[in-house]
Amino acid sequence: MLNSSLKQLSALLAQKEISSVELTCEFLKRIKALNPNYNAFITINEEMSLAQARNADAIIASGDAHPLTGIPIAQKDIFCTKGWLTTCGSKMLSNFISPYDAGVIEHFNKIGAVNIGKTNMDEFAMGSSNETSFYGPVKNPWNIATVPGGSSGGSACAVAARMAPAATGTDTGGSIRQPAALCGVSGIKPTYGLVSRYGMIAFASSLDQGGPIAKSAADLALMLNVMVGFDPRDSTTLQREKEDYTHDLGKPLDGLRIGLPREYFVKEMSDDVARAVEAAITEYRKLGAKTVEISLPNTKLSIPVYYVLAPAEASSNLSRFDGVRYGYRAPKYTDLNDMYQKSRAQGFGAEVKRRILIGTYVLSHGYYDAYYIQAQKLRRLIAQDFIEAFKQCDIIMGPTSPTTAFSLGEKSNDPLRMYLSDAYTIATNLAGLPGMSIPAGFGNEGKPVGLHIIGNYFSEAQMLNVAYQYQQVMDWHAQMPFTQ
Amino acid sequence: MSLSLDDVKRVANLARIEVGEDEARATLAQLTGIFSLIEQMQAVDTSAIKPMSHPQDAVQRLRDDVVTETDQHKLFQSIAPQVEARFYLVPKVIE
Repeated sequence: MLNSSLKQLSALLAQKEISSVELTCEFLKRIKALNPNYNAFITINEEMSLAQARNADAIIASGDAHPLTGIPIAQKDIFCTKGWLTTCGSKMLSNFISPYDAGVIEHFNKIGAVNIGKTNMDEFAMGSSNETSFYGPVKNPWNIATVPGGSSGGSACAVAARMAPAATGTDTGGSIRQPAALCGVSGIKPTYGLVSRYGMIAFASSLDQGGPIAKSAADLALMLNVMVGFDPRDSTTLQREKEDYTHDLGKPLDGLRIGLPREYFVKEMSDDVARAVEAAITEYRKLGAKTVEISLPNTKLSIPVYYVLAPAEASSNLSRFDGVRYGYRAPKYTDLNDMYQKSRAQGFGAEVKRRILIGTYVLSHGYYDAYYIQAQKLRRLIAQDFIEAFKQCDIIMGPTSPTTAFSLGEKSNDPLRMYLSDAYTIATNLAGLPGMSIPAGFGNEGKPVGLHIIGNYFSEAQMLNVAYQYQQVMDWHAQMPFTQ
Repeated sequence: MSLSLDDVKRVANLARIEVGEDEARATLAQLTGIFSLIEQMQAVDTSAIKPMSHPQDAVQRLRDDVVTETDQHKLFQSIAPQVEARFYLVPKVIE
């Protein structure tokens, strides 16, 4: 059952082979056994999960079930969940019981999915290793001395260690794809604007996008079917006709043009990652695809542009945490200003403060044009590179991360080195394009390698099929770590 | 461009984050490294390019000017640090 696909679990539920309550208990039992070692979950609430499972069983009995009714889903602790502690990995929200549900959570509730727990993450989604969480780092189940990636490290770990059949994540600069790659699971960040950001605690609003992490492309398609949808409460969601993301699964890949950006296959990529990615591309040629070399000339600018835009938007978004209406308030202070300063100094961790300071600086008087506006202009150049590239190819491939999982503590005191681990994923967020990562084998020491697939705007169904076809002939995605 | 210790303290004050002297020095060293990376942006001539804020260049939607929120102050204030008679309490600001 641990390795079953969402479709298989759904069939077991429909045939009454198992109830949602039994399924939920099974996963809760596994979480209780494994989580002390992996720290993938911040909150487990057995009572609330089981109440949802009982409700799901009633829906199934009435014959009104959706494919994901009764399936336990791990929710990243960035999604506000009514009645649940919602911390965003921060001391600032360590006492925040959300009074409302995020749009994404509403979608899952509506179809009767079960929330199996809230997953650990880098504080306010700022990090690439899960080490900035107030709740301590998550361990990579393939090698517990290494990081799971971040910021959705808890979700990726939960799926990899089979503590949940699927999970939600969010991706601002690679936070779904990089942990999926490092943990050997599949994850997709949809086109910006497809998934509601309502109740998804904001980091950088023009880049943040929710998406699923799961064991396979077919499972991701079912998850996307639930998560995508216009939300009038998020002014950046797009009004589009509802799409079934499974509709392309099964189409042959004959004639598919895969673009290989010459800027991605460079010395920064480690040898073991390069070998696995090249082997995956060889496999795609066997499936009928052809490869074309393309160029994304402004790739190098992605990281500098991102580290202006994301901190600028974060400094604005995080100004709401003032110790007045909710969240942490310092125990001692002299006046109002002191209360703000101490609450924020004590409530935020080092990386979050660093980014707020960068953001405040680039938005401050006299610097706005030189930094923020310049970064927004370069963002357009980066997006145009992709638009040009997609005239020559249907899909772009490369490595998700330049290396496999690095050791805990290896980069945590060197923010600049940490930032470079997102070198391949950031441009996708800047352009607003969909991106995904799927397991493509193992590098040195048996650590998973992720293949990065970038599609054109709104081409999620096609991308999912591209991943699906590979997963029909290769079984990397079906392998699971030895868990203890 | 080089950042100074005073810049760090000024920005920390604008961001309402208390920083001690040692913390400010450590932050200065880290921010200097990050800004050396950010400075690569300045090498590109962007005078003819329009800034991009939404990937689809979507515009803000308008809606009818009607009340959509209901009064949920009890729920929202149940998680506030300090509340009295429907008000959020903060230290006195007017003498």
